[in-house]
Amino acid sequence: MNGHHRAVRAEQAERLDGAEANPADPAERRQRWLRIALPIAIGVVTLLAWDLVVRVNQIPHYILPGPLRVAEAMVNGWDTLWPALMVTVQITFMALAVAVIGGVGLALLFAQSKWIEISFFPYAVVLQVTPIIAIAPLILIYVDNTHIALLICAWIVAFFPILSNTTLGLNSADHNLLDLFKLYGASRWQVLRYLRIPSALPYFLGGLRIAGGLSLIGAVVAEFTAGTAGKGSGLAYRILETGYRLNIPLMFAALALITLTGVLIFILFTALSHLLLHKWHESAIKRES
Amino acid sequence: MRAPAAQSAAAAAAVTIGADTPPPPAATRPLVRMAHVSKRFGNGVLALRDLDLDIGRHEFVSLLGPSGCGKSTALRLIAGLTSPSSGAIDWPERATLAPATDIGFVFQEPTLMPWASVFDNVNLPLKLQRRAPAAGGGTAMEVDAALAMVGLTGFERAYPRELSGGMKMRVSIARALVTRPRLLLMDEPFAALDEITRVKLNNDLLELWHSQSWTVVFVTHSVYESVYLSNRIVVMAARPGRIVAEHVVDAPYPRDEEFRTSPRYNEHCRIVSRSLALAMEGM
Ligand SMILES: Nc1ncnc2c1ncn2[C@@H]1O[C@H](COP(=O)(O)OP(=O)(O)OP(=O)(O)O)[C@@H](O)[C@H]1O
Ligand SMILES: [Mg+2]
Repeated sequence: MNGHHRAVRAEQAERLDGAEANPADPAERRQRWLRIALPIAIGVVTLLAWDLVVRVNQIPHYILPGPLRVAEAMVNGWDTLWPALMVTVQITFMALAVAVIGGVGLALLFAQSKWIEISFFPYAVVLQVTPIIAIAPLILIYVDNTHIALLICAWIVAFFPILSNTTLGLNSADHNLLDLFKLYGASRWQVLRYLRIPSALPYFLGGLRIAGGLSLIGAVVAEFTAGTAGKGSGLAYRILETGYRLNIPLMFAALALITLTGVLIFILFTALSHLLLHKWHESAIKRES
Repeated sequence: MRAPAAQSAAAAAAVTIGADTPPPPAATRPLVRMAHVSKRFGNGVLALRDLDLDIGRHEFVSLLGPSGCGKSTALRLIAGLTSPSSGAIDWPERATLAPATDIGFVFQEPTLMPWASVFDNVNLPLKLQRRAPAAGGGTAMEVDAALAMVGLTGFERAYPRELSGGMKMRVSIARALVTRPRLLLMDEPFAALDEITRVKLNNDLLELWHSQSWTVVFVTHSVYESVYLSNRIVVMAARPGRIVAEHVVDAPYPRDEEFRTSPRYNEHCRIVSRSLALAMEGM
């Protein structure tokens, strides 16, 4: 099989060449640079336009503060904003953690039996489609501990994408691979461990990215509801409070912090997704053209 | 219907071709015996009707037929991945043979786990069977041996996406070989490959089959491929799926390019093509 070996060696050589991607490609470098520069440029232009509009029209700061005023409010109000931010972030992540445990756990249970799935899935949908804003006041009435009530609200919103995505993922294992596992007499546990769970990972991570944002929204909505009842300490409560006091620059600062938190959560899970999938999943593979 | 008579004439003619060479390995007790096997799917499709087929030890049998004639279904029945609606599939030597460890299946697509390296993909059957590593060996050695057989030594740590179509197919074959199965079931394994790769893999497969004393059941669309590889070709027709002719290719092994260009090869191809044409005409 001499020709054979030669072919293998050629393939190996090819592979080594491929591994050393051309980092000095000027077109590639320009693209990477533009990828960062363009969004920043858009942001800067928007801020300048905002500032200009406020200055030219002489809009009073209690209606629309300019970006510099918002930044100033953020610095001055940091002592109240930071603890509030921490409260909101804590609720968001705790709710997300419980949603992951509950969603993945339930999805795994669904994967064990079609009948369990058929019995429970409609109620998961009911939970999802009921607007959180409508049930938050009830939850706040029934649950004495505000912190736990907020957690429940955020959990309700974050739970469903994880459950439905993970369920879909567990069921999307390749049929031929399932046959292969059957051929080799794999146990139910082995099918789950070596086939269904890895197949579900990209779906789960997609759900997690959605749930991260939703969990923040759930926390904020619940805080608003709690805030109107006079109890609260999170960022949303600060927004309410500054609204009452017509401290619009501080309100904008709090709003900016919430948005920033949401973006950071998104980036965090995108990075996690990339970390876990970049070796094999289509969504995370950079094509070398 | 005049087709059946013509078909059996074709089959009879086939057996007499090249009678000067030794006959194919005679099967005293077949490895697998399918008797009166029918398969009707839940949607009412009769995929196979009254199939009688013996697979002898160390045979290389090709199933050849038009699309939808039940070739894949037959293969899946042999592997035990689906059960017949009527009839029986017997393993006469069952006592000495654990079917799960003794069948290798190669699907039409590579069917690799994209999240696992080549090594882990090939190691999968061993892991699932939780086999104690052979004395002094270990599963790593068995995997290495299987990869060496298909010429993929050095690619253990690559991921499927880094491989070409032909290489993926070879990984899939290595995975089927790693348990050293007695029966290798292959469902159009080379259908998606280019001519050159296909010829090369054909030769590699023949060499392995010859040296490892396997039994192979090989599904294909290609008359030329089936004549080159097999010592017996089973021609099937569709609607309902059934066997219409059998053809023995009695050319000796090893076969090579010389055989592929010989008049005798052409003669076999011509006869098999004719049975196939008749099978399709009867549809
Ligand atoms: N799971 C299934 N459910 C219902 N019908 C099926 C199923 N699998 C196959 N069939 C039907 O059985 C018949 C035979 O299918 P099979 O896949 O065995 O054909 P084939 O000979 O392998 O065809 P091809 O060469 O195209 O792969 C077809 O008519 C097909 O529609
Ligand atoms: Mg098929």
